[in-house]
Amino acid sequence: MAEHIVASFDEDLEHIDRLLRDMGELAGSMTQAATRALLTSDNALAQRVVSDDTIMDAKQTELDERAITLIAKRQPMAQDLRAVVGAIRMASDLERIGDLAKNIAKRVGAVGQSATPRKLSHSIDTMASMVLAQVNAVVDRYVARKAADLMALRDEDEKIDIHYTSVFRELLTYMMEDPRNITACTHLLFCAKNLERVGDHVTNIAENAYYILTGEQLPVQRPKLDETQMTAES
Amino acid sequence: MNMLTDAAVETALEGAPESNAVKMRGNKVNVFYGEKQALFDVSLDVRENQVTALIGPSGCGKSTFLRCLNRMNDTIDICSVKGEITLDGEDIYNPRIDVVELRARVGMVFQKPNPFPKSIYENIAYGPRIHGLASAKGDLDGIVETSLQKAGLFNEVKDRLHEPGTGLSGGQQQRLCIARAIAVSPEVILMDEPCSALDPIATARVEELIDELRENYTIVIVTHSMQQAARVSQRTAMFHLGNLVEEGPTDKMFTNPEDKRTQDYITGRFG
Repeated sequence: MAEHIVASFDEDLEHIDRLLRDMGELAGSMTQAATRALLTSDNALAQRVVSDDTIMDAKQTELDERAITLIAKRQPMAQDLRAVVGAIRMASDLERIGDLAKNIAKRVGAVGQSATPRKLSHSIDTMASMVLAQVNAVVDRYVARKAADLMALRDEDEKIDIHYTSVFRELLTYMMEDPRNITACTHLLFCAKNLERVGDHVTNIAENAYYILTGEQLPVQRPKLDETQMTAES
Repeated sequence: MNMLTDAAVETALEGAPESNAVKMRGNKVNVFYGEKQALFDVSLDVRENQVTALIGPSGCGKSTFLRCLNRMNDTIDICSVKGEITLDGEDIYNPRIDVVELRARVGMVFQKPNPFPKSIYENIAYGPRIHGLASAKGDLDGIVETSLQKAGLFNEVKDRLHEPGTGLSGGQQQRLCIARAIAVSPEVILMDEPCSALDPIATARVEELIDELRENYTIVIVTHSMQQAARVSQRTAMFHLGNLVEEGPTDKMFTNPEDKRTQDYITGRFG
């Protein structure tokens, strides 16, 4: 893409892009740290996630302010306009990912050393690495301007949802086996749900990034079947 | 479960369809100023009751094209126009066409307000009088009042209709010129950068006016302000070096244009 006649316009856009990349990296590392803290009962690591969230919030505020100032000052058009509006929306999804990671981290103490959830660590671990791969990939692919790959990313979310359903069933089994597991398992269930939500935010980001790059909206996905809902009813 | 079909959703999201009737049509228009060719095979439809914005860098031919639409280029000796331009399907370059009548049907508002050095009343009354649109003095008063009202100027000038038009502010003068154009009941109004000499408030008034006029008239506007084109028009045509680069719905042109030249121009990247 050619440069703007006004060089500072490019600098302003570049700055917003950099903030977005920072937030993406932070979202990835927070999700990773929160899950690791949960699975290894690492309270110190959990604390770091909580404090990282403050940084995430600050970055989002800065990005919002810069984006709004840019719109007021430059009246961006076409791909510039899409980039700025898209950045605001992607930042808000990344900020939500930070919140969800913080929420996982806060549960570390509550789950504690309880024996049964340890058995589960493999299942949640797998889910976490799937989610983490998604978070890292979405920002990478946006930065690399790979629109087609972003579309593929959205489809990957389906796998996370399927995995979430199996974690849900597994936790339910443990709770039925021994009511003493209920407290820990409920916390783990929230963690799994949070990871699943992170996946949904990644999907939003992928859709936004696709729009920024192509100017086209991805077609609306068909309504998903929420299998945990059916389990709850049966 | 969502029972709406995709088609139903689409219908629900789209508003009433815009009018698609073609009011004026340029077909392979080529314009020469002496040896120099200013327009190359420009084919462009102007749709009824819509605002069509012509954009592009200076010297791209947008004003030249605009001026072809009511044969203003006839006034330039070395200018020759080839190709076909129709108004309601009729070729306006046909020798049988009365140019004075054509310019009454296709009115024009210029970049700098150019009221006649006469009273406000006479500025408006002049056109209808020479075109014989008013048989009695009362009719003329009516036309002057309606035209000023349509141009959103009446309340500001009703007590000084017989003072000189040149005594008004720039924005008022431009609206006076629009009222003057409306007075002869045109079908199409051409505007050549009508707001470039106006302050933001006067600009907003003229833009608001353009939006209202669209109900009864077809408007073609040349503008250097991208935001103005985005605000006032339904369709936008982008010119570059005498060629029509791209034409389409304004919403799409300013969010996702197809041609790289359009993209570079509207985002401020033209080298």
